[in-house]
Amino acid sequence: MALALQQLINGLTLGAVYGLIAIGYTMVYGIIGMINFAHGDIYMVSAFIAVTVFTLLAGFGISSIPLSLLLVLLVAVLFTSVYGWTVERIAYRPLRGSTRLAPLISAIGMSIFLQNMVQLTQGARVKPIPPVLVGGIDLLTIDGFTVRLAYSQILIVIVTIALMAAFTWLIGSTSFGRQQRSCEQDRTMTALLGINVDRTISLTFMLGAALAAVAGVMVTVYYGVVDFFIGFVAGIKAFTAAVLGGIGSLPGAMLGGLLIGLIEAFWAAYLSAEYKDVATFSILILVLMFRPSGLLGRPEVEKV
Amino acid sequence: MSALVVARQPTSPAERLKDAAASALIALLLGIPMIGLTTVDQGGALRVATRWPALLAFVAVCFAGRLLLRYASDVLRARRLARETAAEATAGARPAAGGALLTGIGWAALAVALLLPIAFSDNRYVVDTATTVLIYVMLGWGLNVVVGLAGLLDLGYVAFYAVGAYTYGLLSTQLGWGFWQALPVAGAMAAAFGIILGWPTLRLRGDYLAIVTLGFGEIIRVILVNWTELSGGPNGITSIPRPSFFGLPFKPPGDAPTFASFFGLEYSPNQRLIFLYYLILGLALLTNVFVSRMRRLPVGRAWEAMREDEIACKAMGINARNVKLSAFALGAMLGGFAGVFFAARQGFISPESFTFNESAIILAIVVLGGMGSQLGVVLASLVLVLLPELGRDFAEYRMLLFGAAMILIMIWKPGGILAHREPTLRHHRPGGGR
Repeated sequence: MALALQQLINGLTLGAVYGLIAIGYTMVYGIIGMINFAHGDIYMVSAFIAVTVFTLLAGFGISSIPLSLLLVLLVAVLFTSVYGWTVERIAYRPLRGSTRLAPLISAIGMSIFLQNMVQLTQGARVKPIPPVLVGGIDLLTIDGFTVRLAYSQILIVIVTIALMAAFTWLIGSTSFGRQQRSCEQDRTMTALLGINVDRTISLTFMLGAALAAVAGVMVTVYYGVVDFFIGFVAGIKAFTAAVLGGIGSLPGAMLGGLLIGLIEAFWAAYLSAEYKDVATFSILILVLMFRPSGLLGRPEVEKV
Repeated sequence: MSALVVARQPTSPAERLKDAAASALIALLLGIPMIGLTTVDQGGALRVATRWPALLAFVAVCFAGRLLLRYASDVLRARRLARETAAEATAGARPAAGGALLTGIGWAALAVALLLPIAFSDNRYVVDTATTVLIYVMLGWGLNVVVGLAGLLDLGYVAFYAVGAYTYGLLSTQLGWGFWQALPVAGAMAAAFGIILGWPTLRLRGDYLAIVTLGFGEIIRVILVNWTELSGGPNGITSIPRPSFFGLPFKPPGDAPTFASFFGLEYSPNQRLIFLYYLILGLALLTNVFVSRMRRLPVGRAWEAMREDEIACKAMGINARNVKLSAFALGAMLGGFAGVFFAARQGFISPESFTFNESAIILAIVVLGGMGSQLGVVLASLVLVLLPELGRDFAEYRMLLFGAAMILIMIWKPGGILAHREPTLRHHRPGGGR
């Protein structure tokens, strides 16, 4: 019972992170109908930026936790959005109107490039940082097993909820949100109405990257280690989350993320920790087999 | 979408300069956290190190590169416009002169490949490297069926390679099967995996297939690492028997007849190397002939048609899933064959050899060589295998260059260096009127 409760907490935390990354996939898919394969690597880049800035701040002697967290978040979001913009500008925009396969391959190329760029410039070894947010609340003890809610977990969940609220407002009630949704429906018509489609798509990539940046910072705070390969598996899992929730749907991405996080946490605790990735991928295949439009998505009709 | 593209006017120098400055600014923003700053381990704790000169160089390169690029693209566009107006007067089909030349190069490459071990019979390094090139050629040809012909992006091709290698490894070490017995079984095994994976996913859109295959490649690797009883875990399978020449082993002379004693030759360890070389050459050539014959069959033509327009194919009554599945399974089988050869050549396999990087390299070979082009795959494998041999620097930057090359090729020449998007069969001769 205590273990289950603990895994529930861990799973929700993990799921919040996957959900944040999954929103990036879902938004980009919604607007250009393609998967951003480099998205996982954008998240990884952000984690590295977080490590650098945390180290830098510690060097300057800034020890206030809220201040340093805020600074790291700001810097990571800023720089990572530029990475998101660049990915779109280089790997997607020149290929708009090309064959189906071409942007997929260029995005894979971008993913390989980013991964190896980080490996070369930042080193292939695991980077540990001293714990940023230590401690937690002991919730209850059953049979000597204490259920613990770490402060970093509280932080992740609060930040995710706040971002989700901000995002729902942004897409639902702002001018940019309307432009974004109209691009999703019909890009040609949107352009005819005088909306800069290229700019909207770029902004969508940047927003996705910004959310991935937040996820990257949160993971750095939570685990305290990063390496250049974390984007690969996190990317696939977040994509699975997006597909499970119904790709193109924002609440779906969050729901999918939470479900994947929970499944992974419980699978690791009760079945086998080694095969937790296999469990996620199997879910992906099963969802695609039986419900390709996901839990909250609309069935897709391909038009000529 | 393309209806709204407006022809870009040639840019003035001032505009180009502004554009390049913007690129430099972006480069600066990209470079600061990755090139300008880095963290180094110092006595257990991280410390930030700066590399401003490198960052400055990067920004300068981006500025100059962008400036040159814009200039070159303007000049090229002006020239093309001029040529097109001139060509309109003498409108006519361009002669297909490239085809004969490529066929010639193909035969020359075959002759070189056949003679290579004779010319370098006592140079182990050359024969060994050539064997590696041929493994990649074979893998490239296999993946080419899936990506180049059928247009399905398979990012986990290495999984089928692994299935083939492990099938042979297990059959030979556990059951004592020989290379030739295990070869078809391993191929069938890989094809079966291809069908199991492709069946649920092939009716979906290409992007899903790409990510599912990516996940599948990872699943196979995780299973190989963790299922220690079957696969030996991270240690892999050791002492896999080497293939023999129709039952004659390549060994120093002993009691049983060996290859050297049977033919009355003096024993040399290079004999096995050369035999392995010819073995993979034979397998690769067989693959090539098989695939180019398949392309002329209805199913092969359906692959290419499916790549160009799936909806039209469905409307014509082609069973999209079965056509895709056949390409997927065939590609998997060829990957499985290559895996068997790999296991037999190395004598040792472990999950280390079957990572995503390997899939990426094979995909890069197909993409750079030109999707659908058999000769392009050979050239790309040569470049991609020989490049890291040139020096350590190349080896380090290899994947980085592959990634960049994949993007650039897609932007400039989406068909690959040797584009082969022409249908294999056509009803009318090109240029023979419509």
